[in-house]
Amino acid sequence: MRQKWSWPWSKPAKPLPVTGAQLTHSFERRTFVLGMAQAGVGMLLAGRLTWLAVAENAKYRAASESNRVNLTLIPPRRGWVIDRTGASLAANRADFRVDLVPDRVVDADATLRTLSQLLGLTADRVSDIKDKLEKARGFQPVEVASNLDWDKFAAVSVRLPELPGVIPQRGFSRYYPTGAAVGHLVGYVGPASAEDYEKERNPLLITPGFKIGKDGLEKHFEERLRGIPGARRVEATAGGRVVRDLGTREDVPGSPIQLTIDAGLQDYAARRIGLESGSVVVMDCATGDLLAMVSMPSFDPNSFADGIGRIEWKMLSEDDHVPLRNKVLRGLYPPGSTVKPMVALAFLEAGLDPEASVGCAGGLRVGNRVFHCWNHRGHGTTNMSKGIYQSCDVYFYHFAQQIGMDRIAAMARRLGLGQEYPMPYPGQSYGTVPDPQWKQRKYQKPWAIYDTVNATIGQGYMLVNPLQQAVMASRLASGLQLTPRLLMDRHAPRAPSLGIKQEHLDIIHAAMNEVVNGRGTAGKARIPVEGVQMAGKTGTAQVVGLNIGNGKGGLWKHRDHGHFICFAPFDKPRYACAVAIEHGGGSGAAYPIARDVMTYLFDRAKAMEVLEGYEAEWGGDVQQRMAAKYNAYAAKFGATAPKAPDEEQAAEAVAADNTPVAEPTAAQTDAAPPAPEPEAPPAPAETAAPAAAPTPAAAAPAAPAPGA
Amino acid sequence: MQRAYIPAFIARQPWGVILPLSALVTFGGAVLYSAAGGHLMPWALLHVVRFVVFLGMAMVVARIPAAWFKNAALPSYALLCVLLVLVELLGRVSGGSQRWLNLGFMQLQPSELMKPGIVLVLAWFYSVLPPSEIRTWRAIAPAVVLLGLPAGLVMLQPDLGTGLAISFGAVVIMFLAGLPLWLFISGGAAVAVAAPLAFFTLLHDYQRKRVLVFLDPESDPLGSGYHITQSKIAIGSGGLLGKGFGQGSQSHLDYLPEAHTDFVFATMAEEWGMIGGFFVLCVFALVLRWGLKVALNAPDRFSRLLAAGMVTTIFFYVCINLMMVMGLAPVVGIPLPFVSHGGSSMMTNMLCIGTLMAVDRWSRAPGRTLR
Repeated sequence: MRQKWSWPWSKPAKPLPVTGAQLTHSFERRTFVLGMAQAGVGMLLAGRLTWLAVAENAKYRAASESNRVNLTLIPPRRGWVIDRTGASLAANRADFRVDLVPDRVVDADATLRTLSQLLGLTADRVSDIKDKLEKARGFQPVEVASNLDWDKFAAVSVRLPELPGVIPQRGFSRYYPTGAAVGHLVGYVGPASAEDYEKERNPLLITPGFKIGKDGLEKHFEERLRGIPGARRVEATAGGRVVRDLGTREDVPGSPIQLTIDAGLQDYAARRIGLESGSVVVMDCATGDLLAMVSMPSFDPNSFADGIGRIEWKMLSEDDHVPLRNKVLRGLYPPGSTVKPMVALAFLEAGLDPEASVGCAGGLRVGNRVFHCWNHRGHGTTNMSKGIYQSCDVYFYHFAQQIGMDRIAAMARRLGLGQEYPMPYPGQSYGTVPDPQWKQRKYQKPWAIYDTVNATIGQGYMLVNPLQQAVMASRLASGLQLTPRLLMDRHAPRAPSLGIKQEHLDIIHAAMNEVVNGRGTAGKARIPVEGVQMAGKTGTAQVVGLNIGNGKGGLWKHRDHGHFICFAPFDKPRYACAVAIEHGGGSGAAYPIARDVMTYLFDRAKAMEVLEGYEAEWGGDVQQRMAAKYNAYAAKFGATAPKAPDEEQAAEAVAADNTPVAEPTAAQTDAAPPAPEPEAPPAPAETAAPAAAPTPAAAAPAAPAPGA
Repeated sequence: MQRAYIPAFIARQPWGVILPLSALVTFGGAVLYSAAGGHLMPWALLHVVRFVVFLGMAMVVARIPAAWFKNAALPSYALLCVLLVLVELLGRVSGGSQRWLNLGFMQLQPSELMKPGIVLVLAWFYSVLPPSEIRTWRAIAPAVVLLGLPAGLVMLQPDLGTGLAISFGAVVIMFLAGLPLWLFISGGAAVAVAAPLAFFTLLHDYQRKRVLVFLDPESDPLGSGYHITQSKIAIGSGGLLGKGFGQGSQSHLDYLPEAHTDFVFATMAEEWGMIGGFFVLCVFALVLRWGLKVALNAPDRFSRLLAAGMVTTIFFYVCINLMMVMGLAPVVGIPLPFVSHGGSSMMTNMLCIGTLMAVDRWSRAPGRTLR
C-alpha cells in the first residue's frame, strides 16, 4: 500500500494476485465514474427543475392560483313578486344564517351538540337536521338555522375553528310578508334537491343559502326570478380557512314579477275565511285581472323555506282541511244553485219569456220520480226573476226540460265553466259541463231527462272549480269574454263581448240584485257601503245523499258545500267574486265572506272592523292560530313526531293532495237539492232544518251515495 | 487563506466547504423562516443553531486521528446494531413502528447513524482485507453480512428509504473497493428481476401505493399523489425568479405537505424560483466535488474508501430527496441535507462532513497520520 503514487503500470497478467496499487488505480477510475454519475444526476435534476419552472410554469402557476383562490358563489337575490300596486308578496330580507356542509363535517353529533347549544335549537329541529344530514349527498348544504340575530351568529362564528363544515354567512332569504295568505298563490322556495342538481349541474345549486322555487309561481318563474350569482374570491388554506378577501362581484338580482293581485285584499280574504276550509276568488270585471285568489287553510311559505320540519309536516298532513291543496284550481265542487243565473240566461237566449211562470208546489214529477224543490212548501207562481232570487228549483226543472241540455251546456261553456285557463300552475282541475254527447262518450249511456234536471241546479255530473265560478260571475256581470289573468299587463287587449243581449243581462242582474237587496236568499249579504249594491247568487251543494245526512249538521265532511257568486256594484259591475266553502253546511257559510271581501274593496275600514271582531272569537289571526297549533303539536309530540319527508316525497304528497277529485262514476240523483238558508223576508217563517228532511219520495230512487 | 496573520488553526480549516455550506444553511434558515410565516421559531433559528453546534462537532471529529476511526469502526457498528434491535423491540412493545430511542434530551434515530456507520465499518473491512483476496468470496461474504444485518433491521421497522440509503452506501464502497465489475452488472440485472417480485411480496401496502402513485400521481390526487402533485405545483409555479420571499402560497396555505422537512426544496423553489434551485444544486455540487477530491487525495485505502463513502451518503440524500420533490422518485421520507429542518439528518450529514474534514487533515499532514 506504500506505492501510492507509483502508477500507472501496464496491466498485470490475470492470474497474478491483485496488488494494492492496482486497487488504488481501480479506486481512482471508479471514483471518476462515480463523480460522473453524480454530475449526471445533477444535470438531470437541473434539467427537471428547468422543465418544471420554465417550460411548465404557466400550467403550474394556474394550478397554484386555483389552489390559492377560492371562488365562493353568492346566491343572487331573488326577484320580488309584487302586487298590482307594487306592494311585495314575496321579498328578500337580509339575514344571518348557518349551514352545514356534510362532506366537511368531522363529528356530526358533536357539531350538532355545540350548535344546538349556541343557537338554542329545539329537539325536533335537531332531529330534522340529523335526518337531512343522513340523506344529504356530498356538498349539498343542510340549513341549520336562518334569520339569526347577531349575537347567535357571532357566537357560532367565533367557534368556527372547532366546527369544521359549519358555514355561517350573511345573505338574503325569501320573505313573504303575508305568510300563509300567499302560500298557494306564490308557492315557496327551498334548498335544491339532489335531483335538481343532477338536472342542472350548476354549482350555484349547492351553494349554502341558495334556494330554488319549489311550488307555485316561485317554481314556474324560477328562471326569471333567480338572477345571476355574485362571487367572492378569497384566499383560503387547504383546510378551508379563509386568509383574506380578494374581491367581490355583486350579484344581479332576479327580475320582479308583478301580479294583478291586490295584496291587501288577498290577505283580507285569507283572514276572513277564518276557521273554514275554502277559497275566495275576486276578479276585475273590466279586465279579468285576478285581485285575490285565496285557498285556506294554507301553509306558511316562510317556514317552508328552511325545509319542512317534522312537526309542521305532521300538523299539515293530519289536517282534514287539506292545507296543502290549492282549492282554487284543484278543488272541484258541484256548483249548486250558483248556476241558476247562467241557466236562466240560456233560457232567455232560447227565447223564453222572462215572465213565463210555473207554479211551484214544492216538487215536480219527472218521469216516475218526484224532484223536490228545496222549499217543500213551494214558492207558488214563479217567474224567472223569482226563480233566481228565491232559487226555486221547480222553475228550472220545468223550463230546462223545454229548452234542453245542449243549450244550457253551451251557455255554461260560454260563461267559462268546464274551460281551461292558462294559469302558471301545474295540475289544475277543470271539472265537467255534462251534455248528452259527453255522457254517451263517458258512460256509453243515453242522456236521461233527470240528468238535465240535476244539471240545472248544479248537481249531478256538473263539477266546477272556484276559479271557473269567478269567471262565470265576471262574465255574467260584464257580458265580456273575460279570461282570468294573474300577471299584470297594462297593455292587454280588451276582452271581446260574449254577444249576449244587454237586456237579457239586465234581467239577470236585477234578479241577482234581488237575491241580496230584495226578497232573495241572501239578505244578510247586503254590503254596508252607501250607494254600492251587490248582486249575487247562493249555492248549496250536496256532498252525501240524504240517506246519510241532511247536510246541515253532523259530521263535518258530510255537510253541504256552500257557494256564493257575486259582483258589485250591480248596475255597473267592477268586481266579481266567487266563494266556495267546503262543508260549510250551505251557502250561509259562503256569502258573509263574500260580503266582507267585497266591502273591503269599497270601504277598507269597515271591513277590517268586522274582521277584527271575528278574529277575536277565532283566537287570533291566521298567523297566531297557526303558531298556537304548532306549539300545541310541538308540546305534544316534540322530537317524537315521525320524520318529515324529504323534498321529493313532500312534493309527491302535495301532488297527491292535489289530484283532481274523481268524477262521480254515477250521477248524484238525489232529487231534493239542499236548501239555501231562507233568510229573505218573504220566505215563510221556517228554519232550515226541516227543509231537507228526507222524504220517501227523495229516498225512493235508489240513490247511490255520491262521491264527495 | 494562507496569509501569515491568520491563526494557523483558522487557516487550516477547509473553507472551501465550510463557506458554501454556511451559505446553504443560512439560505435554508431563510426558507424555514418564511415557511413559519415570517418567524424564527420554531424552525429557522433552531436550524442555524444546530448547524453551528454540529459544525463545531465536525471540527472536533476532524481532529480525530485515523487510528481512532479504525479502532472505533467495529465497536460502533456493533453498538448501532444493538440499538437497532432495541428500537425494534421497543416498537414491538409499544405497538406500531418506532424508529427512535428517547434519550431524554433528544430523539436518537439509530438507523440514521447507521448510514455513516456502515461506510466506516466497510472501509475498515476492505482496508484490512489483503489486496490479493479482493477477487475471492472472502471479500464479499463478510461485507454482505455486515450490510445485511442493519439493512434488514431498518427495513423491518419498516423504513424503506433509510434501508435503501444504507445499502446504497455499502454497495458504492464495495464498488470502489475494487470488487469485480461483473458482480455489479449481474447484481443490477438481478435487482431488475427481483424488484418487481419484491414489489408485490415484500413491500407494505402503503409503500406499494406510494410507488404506484409515483408512476401516476394524478390517479390519487387527494391521497398519496397529493404530495407529489402539490410539490410539482409549488416548484413549477415559482418560475424563473420565484414568487418572492414570504410569498409562497403553496406552503403558506398548507397545500404543500411537510413544507419544512421533506418538501423544503419545493418551499424554497416556490419563493426563489429556478435561480434558488440552481444555487442549492451548485452548493451541493461544490460540497460533493470537494468530498471526492478529498477521497482521491486521501493517504491510504481506509481513508479513501471512508471519504468516498461519506460523499456517497450525502449524495444519496440529496439525489433521492430532489428526485422525490420533482416527481422523479416515489415519496420516501428522506430530508434534504442542510436545508430541511431536523436534528438527526443534520447530525448525520455533519458527521459525514466532519469525517471528510478529518480525511482532508490526514492527507495534508502525512507524517503524522500515516503508519
